[in-house]
Amino acid sequence: MSRTGSGFALRHARRELRGGVRRLGGYMVAIALGVAALVAINSFRANAVRSIAAEARGLLGADLRLSSNRPFPDSVSALLDSVARSGRRVTRVTSTISVAVAANGRSRLAQLRALDGVYPFYGERSTEPAGQWGTWQDRRAIVEPSLLEDLGVRVGDSIQLGSIRMVIAAAATDLPAEVTFQNALGPRIYLSSDALAAAGVLRFGSLARFHAYIEEPDAAALERLVDRNHDLLTRQQVGFDTAADQAEDLASALDAMGRFLGLVGLTALLLGGLGVASAVNVFVRERRDTIAVLRCLGATSGAAFGAYLLQALGLGLAGAAAGALLGTGIQFLLPAVLGAAIPFPVRVAVEWRVALTGMLLGAWVSFVFALLPLLAVRAITPLHALRQDVEGGRAWWRDPWHWVVLALLLASLAGLSIWQARRLPVGLAFTAAILVGLLVLWSAAALLTRVVRRVFPRRASYPVRQGVANLFRPRNQTTIVTMAVGFGVFLLASLWVVQRSLIGWLDVEDRRSQPNVVAFDVQPDQLADVRARIDARALHTTELTPIITARVQAVNGRPVAELLATPRQPRIEPWALRREYRHTYRAELKSSEQLAAGQWWDDVDVVPGLARVSAEHDVARSLGVDVGDRITWDVQGVSLESVITSLRRVDWARFETNFFFVFEPGPLDAAPATWVALARVESDSARQGLQRDVVIAHPNVSMLDISSVTATLERIIGRVALAVRFMALFSVVGGVVVLAAALAAGRGARAREIALLRTLGARDRQVRRILLTEYAALGALAGVTGTLLGGTAGWLLARFLFELPVRLPWAALLGFAAAACGLAVLMGTTLGRDALRRPPLVTLRESAG
Amino acid sequence: MISARNLSQTYRSGSQPLTVLHAVDLDVADGETVAIVGPSGSGKTTLLGLLAGLDRPATGTVSLLGTDLAGLTEDGRAGFRARHVGFVFQTFQLIPTLSARDNVLVPMELAGIGTPAERGARAESLLGRVGLGDRLGHYPAQLSGGEQQRVAVARAFANDPRILFADEPTGNLDADTGARIIELLMGLNAENGTTLVLVTHDLPLAERTRRVVRIAGGRIADAG
Repeated sequence: MSRTGSGFALRHARRELRGGVRRLGGYMVAIALGVAALVAINSFRANAVRSIAAEARGLLGADLRLSSNRPFPDSVSALLDSVARSGRRVTRVTSTISVAVAANGRSRLAQLRALDGVYPFYGERSTEPAGQWGTWQDRRAIVEPSLLEDLGVRVGDSIQLGSIRMVIAAAATDLPAEVTFQNALGPRIYLSSDALAAAGVLRFGSLARFHAYIEEPDAAALERLVDRNHDLLTRQQVGFDTAADQAEDLASALDAMGRFLGLVGLTALLLGGLGVASAVNVFVRERRDTIAVLRCLGATSGAAFGAYLLQALGLGLAGAAAGALLGTGIQFLLPAVLGAAIPFPVRVAVEWRVALTGMLLGAWVSFVFALLPLLAVRAITPLHALRQDVEGGRAWWRDPWHWVVLALLLASLAGLSIWQARRLPVGLAFTAAILVGLLVLWSAAALLTRVVRRVFPRRASYPVRQGVANLFRPRNQTTIVTMAVGFGVFLLASLWVVQRSLIGWLDVEDRRSQPNVVAFDVQPDQLADVRARIDARALHTTELTPIITARVQAVNGRPVAELLATPRQPRIEPWALRREYRHTYRAELKSSEQLAAGQWWDDVDVVPGLARVSAEHDVARSLGVDVGDRITWDVQGVSLESVITSLRRVDWARFETNFFFVFEPGPLDAAPATWVALARVESDSARQGLQRDVVIAHPNVSMLDISSVTATLERIIGRVALAVRFMALFSVVGGVVVLAAALAAGRGARAREIALLRTLGARDRQVRRILLTEYAALGALAGVTGTLLGGTAGWLLARFLFELPVRLPWAALLGFAAAACGLAVLMGTTLGRDALRRPPLVTLRESAG
Repeated sequence: MISARNLSQTYRSGSQPLTVLHAVDLDVADGETVAIVGPSGSGKTTLLGLLAGLDRPATGTVSLLGTDLAGLTEDGRAGFRARHVGFVFQTFQLIPTLSARDNVLVPMELAGIGTPAERGARAESLLGRVGLGDRLGHYPAQLSGGEQQRVAVARAFANDPRILFADEPTGNLDADTGARIIELLMGLNAENGTTLVLVTHDLPLAERTRRVVRIAGGRIADAG
């Protein structure tokens, strides 16, 4: 383009924009919504990461935490003592679960946190009444407020914990939320270590976790402490996290959620791009005469193309800037939407870099999506100014620039997806899903126009015939309406299917034959009594499973220490050698298990001196063993030689007691064991009564009501799902805007048609019926196709990504299809209503001018 | 000035080729005014389009001001028009999103004529000349048909063209308004010494030109 040409393009773009903003306003809104969604979620993610970094020590409450599933061995206790002697604070915390029983008879499973000193070292804990944090001596407890609500008690009342009664000293009002499975077990109760010991809830084999919190503000000294004791801690199976490690873990967990939400936000932006393409397409069509006149008056094709490209760029940039501002505002709402799903307070601040990136991305998306329809400008011949029937240019597939632009579009889509997902395969899969979705919707629209043309309802009334004919007339809106509406439905339906499948899987109540209460840590001498109490209330006979803890001593005769010390053991994963295993023994396979190799006990010969054992398929691989290999176990100080006679595949998703290793009955019968009891107890009150009875009779037994645990998990999933839907809402609103923009862009032509029809004698009712027929058909097509696509995508995601049993929420899916149809009809007829209000002569005169 | 030799044009009508112009030869001298008349479908507008370089002929050549249009690219022909050619259309063809003044500015900007101030002054002067000095900021939709065509006439002379092509300039106007447009067009043409080629059904307009070329069935019936 020459300097004159570029100068003209700039001036002409500026002048046309003055009158054209109204026409392309929808395009700006579509881009603005997309950018807003992306900026909001990415800003929030940046805020969260920044908050984690700033609050790292406050989140852990210390500089270092040691954790173990068993009481710290002497060597680790000695280490803790030496740290304490050096003047640094050390506090031990024991976490376990037990049932709290109120004087009014109500009970609730709770998490006990027993402390032997001050904690946290950093940050404050507020209580109601104030200033009570840390006063848990003398059988005083500080509890989470939800416990007061669940038990119907107040501060000052007492509760029974195991074999002691404790006074509730205060409610802790600002405990950091914890997104762990344990958190779903019940509210937290803080008490002293002495009180926990007196309560008698901890006995051999109890489910407990032991922590030691250490203060070491000097980073170099902290590093030295960790380095010096690394081997000791690893050897003793003691986990250690510094505040920075924990911050990193939190940031990475949050990042995963942020990436997923970001992809939902990106969908809104891409939908905005689709809106741009549609609006520019109609815009160029309407400007054909103007462009032809400009070409007559001497505008080169480059100057004409440039003038309209600059307009698209200007509007895209303005829309993106508005979106960046809107998104920056919306990020302030996200902490409220995500609520309990975020385990720490997020300090919201404006993220200028994110806003600027979002704005540039929005401008880029407008640019690439506008390019394709704008290429048509180059093909408009000046002869069109003299002869309206002249169509210029060659078929689009013969124009190399179309292929260049298509490649640019595809590269942009893939690039943006990979950038947002931060994972190549996820980004590519997302790109593929979007492309398949759009392709299916486009094909459905193309199919509809072909089908209705072939099976045209010739005997129908005139309005129906006209409405159907509108679906395939030149410059019809079939494709764009189907894609805009269908895409929104596709997105919502797929998210809905995943959410319903997840909640359905969690819902134990819905699975009538599955157990819904579980008693842990039942000692052999308690077995008969616990069983009798459960059987009195349970629907089926109680299922009892023995649990024996053991460690690997040697594999095929080679001691663990030797295996760990030998380099180049690619087949063996160290954790599998070091961990403590919980074994059981039984005669039969369970319904959640399938033999993958070898034979079950009945079909395999007894090997003298060796216990026969069946290994879970994946853990066998981690240990590098197969059928026929031998493992020597340390069963609480006694060696037991075993041979693997089979491998099993286990469905871990089933709520049953599943194990890595199952022994044949016999060899472990005499080993010290605790028992787990599973049963199904139907009513809430029966479960509460059972919980209360068992805990009073046997304080060490933890009785879990799975229904209440799943209710808590459902609440957390509900928050995340709400956040996902919140982001998806941008896409849906974006889809509505695209639809509105597409319909508004074609409003002129539609108004002329209506004016003509009315001039020829069509009554309002007839015109309305024409519009109703056309948009009902379009809405139904978009709704049904989008729902089918969304249902399929949701099914694939639930089945293969989340590995859930799929539940198709038919009523909701039908609702989506119906809502899409209603939306298309509403918007189509609303636009028609405006045209009907104006006298036909006014419309015809305006369109002639 | 304008020289067309052996001009033919063929379009596809369905699957059949349809020849709408047959081996036309035409010469127009510098400053001459020529009216092309003939029945509907005789090929008048096709001939005008080819003479203005809006389309490429199937056969033959067109030379304007000594430049063979066949030797120019599409953009080259556009540039040539920007510098030397003006247009008046039957349906006015003003740009609906631009004001009257901005519409007149377009050809000057495309030709890169003058400074912005000079272009603005010329646009206002031309609109004053056609009697629309008080309607500079009006958009086409706010003007009557006659007023729109007057803006189009002002626009046609904006780049001080050597050649002016007009396609049925009075075709969409009533007799009185048409007559006023003819006066303006011929007056400005005489003032500027422009070569004028117009296509018309309007006999009074055709009679105002120096030569009338009659065309029928895609052939010149009378070169005038």
